[in-house]
Amino acid sequence: MASLVHLPTRREALIGSGALFAWAYAPKLARAEGRDPRVLVIVLRGALDGLAMVAPVGDPDWVGLRGDKALVLDGKTPGLPLDSFFALNPAMPNLHRLYQAQQATFVHATASPYRERSHFDGQDVLESGLARVGARDSGWLNRALSLMERDARVDPRGSRGRAFAVGPVTPLVVRGSAPIMSWVPQTLLPAGEDTQMRLLELYRHTDAKLARALEGRRDILAMPQGGGADIVTPQDGEPALLGMARVRKYFADAGGAAAKYLAQPDGPRVGALGFVGWDTHINEGAVGGALAALLGALDEAIAAIEKGMGNAWSETVVAVVTEFGRTARINGTDGTDHGTATVAVLAGGALKGGRVIADWPGLKRAHLYEDRDLKPTIDLRAVFKGVLKDHLRLDERVLAARVFPGSGDLQPMPGLLA
Amino acid sequence: MTNDPRRDAALALHRFGLGPRPGSIAAIASDPRGALIAELERPGAGRIYNPELKTSAQASRIAFEARAARQAQRIVAERARKEAEQLKAQGQAMGDDDAPADADAAKADATKPAAASEQPAGPTIERQMFLAEVKARLDAASVAEIGFAERLVWFWSNHFCVSADTVPNMVGGYEREAIRPHIVGRFADMLLAVEGHPAMLVYLNNWASIGPNSVAGINRTRGLNENLAREILELHTLGVRSGYTQDDVIRFAYVLTGWTVISAVDNPEHGAEFIFNPRLHEPGPQRVLDKSYPDNGVEQGREVLADLARHPAVPTHIATKLARHFVADEPPPELVERLAKVFRDNDGNLKETARALVIADEAWAGEQSKLKRPGEWVVAMVRAAGARSAPERFVRGQALLGEPMWRPSAPKGFPDDEANWIDGIGQRLDIANNFAERIAERTDPREVVDTALGPLASAETRQAIARAESRQQALTLVFMSPEFQRR
Repeated sequence: MASLVHLPTRREALIGSGALFAWAYAPKLARAEGRDPRVLVIVLRGALDGLAMVAPVGDPDWVGLRGDKALVLDGKTPGLPLDSFFALNPAMPNLHRLYQAQQATFVHATASPYRERSHFDGQDVLESGLARVGARDSGWLNRALSLMERDARVDPRGSRGRAFAVGPVTPLVVRGSAPIMSWVPQTLLPAGEDTQMRLLELYRHTDAKLARALEGRRDILAMPQGGGADIVTPQDGEPALLGMARVRKYFADAGGAAAKYLAQPDGPRVGALGFVGWDTHINEGAVGGALAALLGALDEAIAAIEKGMGNAWSETVVAVVTEFGRTARINGTDGTDHGTATVAVLAGGALKGGRVIADWPGLKRAHLYEDRDLKPTIDLRAVFKGVLKDHLRLDERVLAARVFPGSGDLQPMPGLLA
Repeated sequence: MTNDPRRDAALALHRFGLGPRPGSIAAIASDPRGALIAELERPGAGRIYNPELKTSAQASRIAFEARAARQAQRIVAERARKEAEQLKAQGQAMGDDDAPADADAAKADATKPAAASEQPAGPTIERQMFLAEVKARLDAASVAEIGFAERLVWFWSNHFCVSADTVPNMVGGYEREAIRPHIVGRFADMLLAVEGHPAMLVYLNNWASIGPNSVAGINRTRGLNENLAREILELHTLGVRSGYTQDDVIRFAYVLTGWTVISAVDNPEHGAEFIFNPRLHEPGPQRVLDKSYPDNGVEQGREVLADLARHPAVPTHIATKLARHFVADEPPPELVERLAKVFRDNDGNLKETARALVIADEAWAGEQSKLKRPGEWVVAMVRAAGARSAPERFVRGQALLGEPMWRPSAPKGFPDDEANWIDGIGQRLDIANNFAERIAERTDPREVVDTALGPLASAETRQAIARAESRQQALTLVFMSPEFQRR
């Protein structure tokens, strides 16, 4: 079936910012059981507001914290009920459908071991799998791979195994010694709305002329068929997309393409993607606003992955994680600031889903971490260890010693897989 | 200069150089002015030694041969295709079973070279040579300690610009042959090297200019082209409205007739080299700017150029451009006067003029008011990140940013004032975002801030970077910050 596997062409390269796979390794023990498991990790960079995605509508203090910004079951855009306590953001109907089909699990009030509030350091801890800041040599998923058996069917020296240089934005979680391939974006993806806004804010405080020039460009981009069209060259005949439409297409394209490779009979078995844009300090718009649109894009990406996986979806676990959560309360600019605990999403046909797993800490002032954030009660590494142990069949001691060093006291979360 | 040596060092790197590399600010902080001047004192300052690069004449000849060979291939292929069709038509008409097979075979043979020439495996030899020149220039900019000498190369290359639209195979060689050897030499020598260079003679049409009373002029109907003479006066030396007349232009154009280029068609050994062809030269003395020049062939033009280089209007013209380029869109008049005086007193010594620029207090006094030109800004990003840029990528980026590589839209060169560039800030944002994406995995934005801005970084910029949601976004903000955009 080797003919099914082919190198990504320029056209397939899309505008992806680096889905990445290790190709030459396969989970041998799982194979011995007749399974062929796949793992895809999606890192949401910028810190997802977990309370906006999965709201504790049954918590008596919830509405008091967020007021009219709180997602509720009886609001104008009601949340999608998950159980008697939690509701999913209505921008995510696909994820809700998977949840009802026992193919999605939410883990709430979870966090990596990181307890400060720097995005970069937080992402490093999340992805390196090490509790300390500053280790950037390898990620836990790559170390897990390198500990798996070499797959005899794939020659790592061949074109499929090693032909690809590490491309731009290889997520740290898959960086390391195991051979990898990645996409290299071929087109110039314009800077995102959030980056533009931050730059404009900086210019407004420091350089009025640059601020005016940047505002001019934003006006043009906002116009139908605006001047931005020449920046991303659309593929043959495709219309140029603007703003949020472009983000949605990008998420769905990246997710779908990743799934296409993972689905192939002798393709790679693990991959990772990074999606940016979650740092919602201003006008967060959890319900019907900016964040809702972004969650909708993520929801469509998950649907695209499910579709792209085809039959392999039944052997797939997709983990959607972020470096930390956001403040429990709304800040002075209708947004949220950097916080601690948040929600993690698992989706895939291999799961025993349909559950929200949480040791709920409560939202009373005394229960908030440092009087501001959702308190973490589940170590995210336990979730990862649970997936690696039960899905890829990695040895528990190896997980504690090599993949998540120093996590010997942390049991892999049991029962995640069907 | 201010009282903060690290601030002066950072300013020196941005204003007079190509931006800091890791460690640059500390390296020159003890004496930023001295470090700038030292870069000009280095043996071979401004030059590129790279035996793999072709001279402009070699490159032109190679390109000519390649073009001719491709054309011949196409003709052969087309001829074979027609023959094959004819054979096939005959075979069908005669009902001969064998004929179509022969015809197909002939067709198959014939289409091979055709396909090869229409879709070459890689870039053409012309493109390869162009990219090699771009790479050599980029490398020189990337490895320079400060980049003051390279900035002077870029300045003079733009002052005496030619365009790749007209002379695609010569632009790189032109800069190395006519500009680089003279950036710390004398203006008069650079002027002579530039105006006699085949790239300039082709770009400004002088190669085809014929004196009406020359042998060729009498025999042919073609005649004078005053383009080069006018631009030398208006752009290269005296400056516009500096007192020369239309008659001066015409007389000077007569002087320059015969300054032409050997044709590559007839001469595979010396094609595209300079030649003075007396047959095209207007005979007799010419009066230019109130001085009469006897007709002594090519020397007549050299003498006019030598006098133009020392014309009293030149120092102010050059000093204004230099100060505008390096210091401010509206440079302090005292600074312009001082530079003009040094230029005049030292017979157009460009090293002394550059030295006067960096030791002048006015050159350090102002805020970072100049918006970097796209090329300066892109190279500064590459240097700050300790990265290298691929020439293809650089060429694409420069085109997107409105400063296509060696391709100004007019002999005046790329403009130097903010109004012309500031609306490209959105394109810069996209380029910065793209570059940041490529380097984010191995680059710490906090280190880049210290490397690239150091004491110049405002509190607002540092805060925006600290709060960025990703390394990529933080790096984008560093490169887009006013302190990095301006110099």
